[in-house]
Amino acid sequence: MTNLLDVSGLRLDYGRTMAVKGIDLAVPQGSVVCLIGANGAGKTTTMRGLSGLLKAAGGTVRFEGTDITNAPAHRIARLGIRQVPEGRQVFAEMTVDENLRLGGLQAPDAGEFQKRRGRVLERFPRLQERLTQQAGLLSGGEQQMLALGRALMGAPRLLLLDEPSMGLAPLFVEEIFRIIADLKREGTTILLVEQNAQAALEIADYAYVLESGRITLHGPGARIADDPKVVAAYLGGH
Amino acid sequence: MLSQQLVNGLVLGSTYALFALGFTLIFGVLRVINLTYGFYFSVGAFVALWLARSLGASIWIALPLGSLAAGLVAVVIDGILLTRLRRTKAGELPSLMVTLGAVLALYALMAALIGTEIQRFPFGFVGSTALEFAGVRVSLVQMLIVGTAFVMVAVLFLLLQYTRLGLMIRALAENEDAARLMGINVDATVVAVSFLSGLLGGAAGVLIGLNFNAIQPFMGEAMMLRGFAVIIIGGLGDIRGALVAGILLGVLEVLTAGYLSSNAKEAVGFAILVLTLWFRPVGLFGRAQVKRA
Repeated sequence: MTNLLDVSGLRLDYGRTMAVKGIDLAVPQGSVVCLIGANGAGKTTTMRGLSGLLKAAGGTVRFEGTDITNAPAHRIARLGIRQVPEGRQVFAEMTVDENLRLGGLQAPDAGEFQKRRGRVLERFPRLQERLTQQAGLLSGGEQQMLALGRALMGAPRLLLLDEPSMGLAPLFVEEIFRIIADLKREGTTILLVEQNAQAALEIADYAYVLESGRITLHGPGARIADDPKVVAAYLGGH
Repeated sequence: MLSQQLVNGLVLGSTYALFALGFTLIFGVLRVINLTYGFYFSVGAFVALWLARSLGASIWIALPLGSLAAGLVAVVIDGILLTRLRRTKAGELPSLMVTLGAVLALYALMAALIGTEIQRFPFGFVGSTALEFAGVRVSLVQMLIVGTAFVMVAVLFLLLQYTRLGLMIRALAENEDAARLMGINVDATVVAVSFLSGLLGGAAGVLIGLNFNAIQPFMGEAMMLRGFAVIIIGGLGDIRGALVAGILLGVLEVLTAGYLSSNAKEAVGFAILVLTLWFRPVGLFGRAQVKRA
C-alpha cells in the first residue's frame, strides 16, 4: 500500500508555544485515518499545518512523494488536498450555490464542474432545496453538509475533516458519519480529526492518538479502540 | 432653483460615491484603512491633465487612461505597503500610520515635481453645451460625470456579483483562510482589488477635476476626508452604503452651499458623520459588527 500523505517530524508553532512537537503520520491511499486526542492536543493545528494555513516550524510533509512542506495553501488545495475546517467556515454571506461554486473554482472545465455539482447535490438533497439561501441562515448540521459539499466540489484526492461532528445535534452526527462511511466505500482517502473518538475509531482503518503535541499511540482503528488507556481517556470507559 | 441644486448635488455626489466605492472596496477586502488611496485620485486627475495638455488627448482618451494609470500606481504602491501589513495581520493603527506616512511623502513628491498651483484642463476640453429641461441646466460635463460614475458602478456590481473574479473577491472579503482552502491565490486577488480600487479613485479624480476644473496635488487629501465620512456613514466595507452615502453627501453639500453658506458646506459631511457614529455606529447599511480577526 502506498502512502498518499507522509508526514515526518512535523513541528508547528501556535503563537509562541510549540503546539505540535514533531509528529510522524501516514495516510495510505484509499484509507480512513483518524487522529484523536483531547482539546488542545494539537489536532486542529496539525490540520492547519497540512492544508498550508499554518507554516511548519520543522519536518516535512509529502503528498504522493512530492514535498509540499510550506507550500502556499492555495497550491495545496489545487493539488487535491481539501480541508473541511473546524467550525465549518462556510461563506455565510453568500448563497449555498455560491459556496459550492467556490469549492469547484479549480475544476478544469464547465462540464467537470457540472458533474461534480450534480453528484454533490445528489449526496446532499438538503443543499439542493436551499441553493439560493444564504449559507449563514442554514442550521449547524446543514452548514456542515455545505462545508463537506464544498470540499467535495474540489474533487479531493485527500479529504481533511476537522471535527465534522462538533456542535451538531445527534441526528446530524449520525448522518455525517454515514456520509463519511459512504465516502470511504467509494474509495476517498480521508484524514479525520474527531473528539467523538468512538465513532471515529469505528470507521477508521488506522488511528493516531495525539497528546500535548506528540503521537503517543498508533495502530489499526480496532486495536486502538480496545487499548485500555484509550478507553479510559477518550471512550468514557472504566 | 431647488431642482437645479439637486442636479448639481447629484453630480457631485456621484463622484463622491465613485471615490468612496474604491476606498470601501479595499477596506472590505483587506481590512486595511488605506490612506494612500487619496493619492490615486490625484494621480488619475494629473495623468488625464497631462494627456490633455501635452498630447492633446480628448476626454475619451484622457479619462480611461488616467483611471488606468491610477489603477497601476495603486497596484505598485499597495503591493509595497499593504502586502506586509496584511501578512503580519497588522492592526488598524500600524496600517494607518504606514499609509499616512506614505501618502504624505507621495503628495510632497508630487508637489515637488509638478508644483502646487492649481492647474486647469485646456479650454473647450469638454464642450460647454448644456441641455435645459424645465429650467434646469445640465452641462455636458455634468452628464459625462454622472454617466461615467453610473457605468463604472454598474460594471463593478456586475463584476462582483457574477464573475469568477468577483466571487473570489467576495470570498476573500468574507473569510481569507476559507478562501485559501478553495485554492484562491490571495496575493493575486489582492492585486486585482488594488487595481480596481485605484481605477475607481483615479476616475473620480478626473471627474472631480472636470467638475471644478481645478487640479492640484493635494486635491486627494481633501477628498480623503470626505471619503472617510462617506464610508463610515454608509457602513465600512459596504458597497451599497458607500453609493447611497456618497450621493447623499453630494446633495447635502450643494444644498447647504445654496441655502446656508458655502463655508458651512465642508461641515456637512462631518456633522452627518458624528450623527452616524452617535446613533448608528455600523452605518446605514452596516451589519451587526465588522468582523475582525
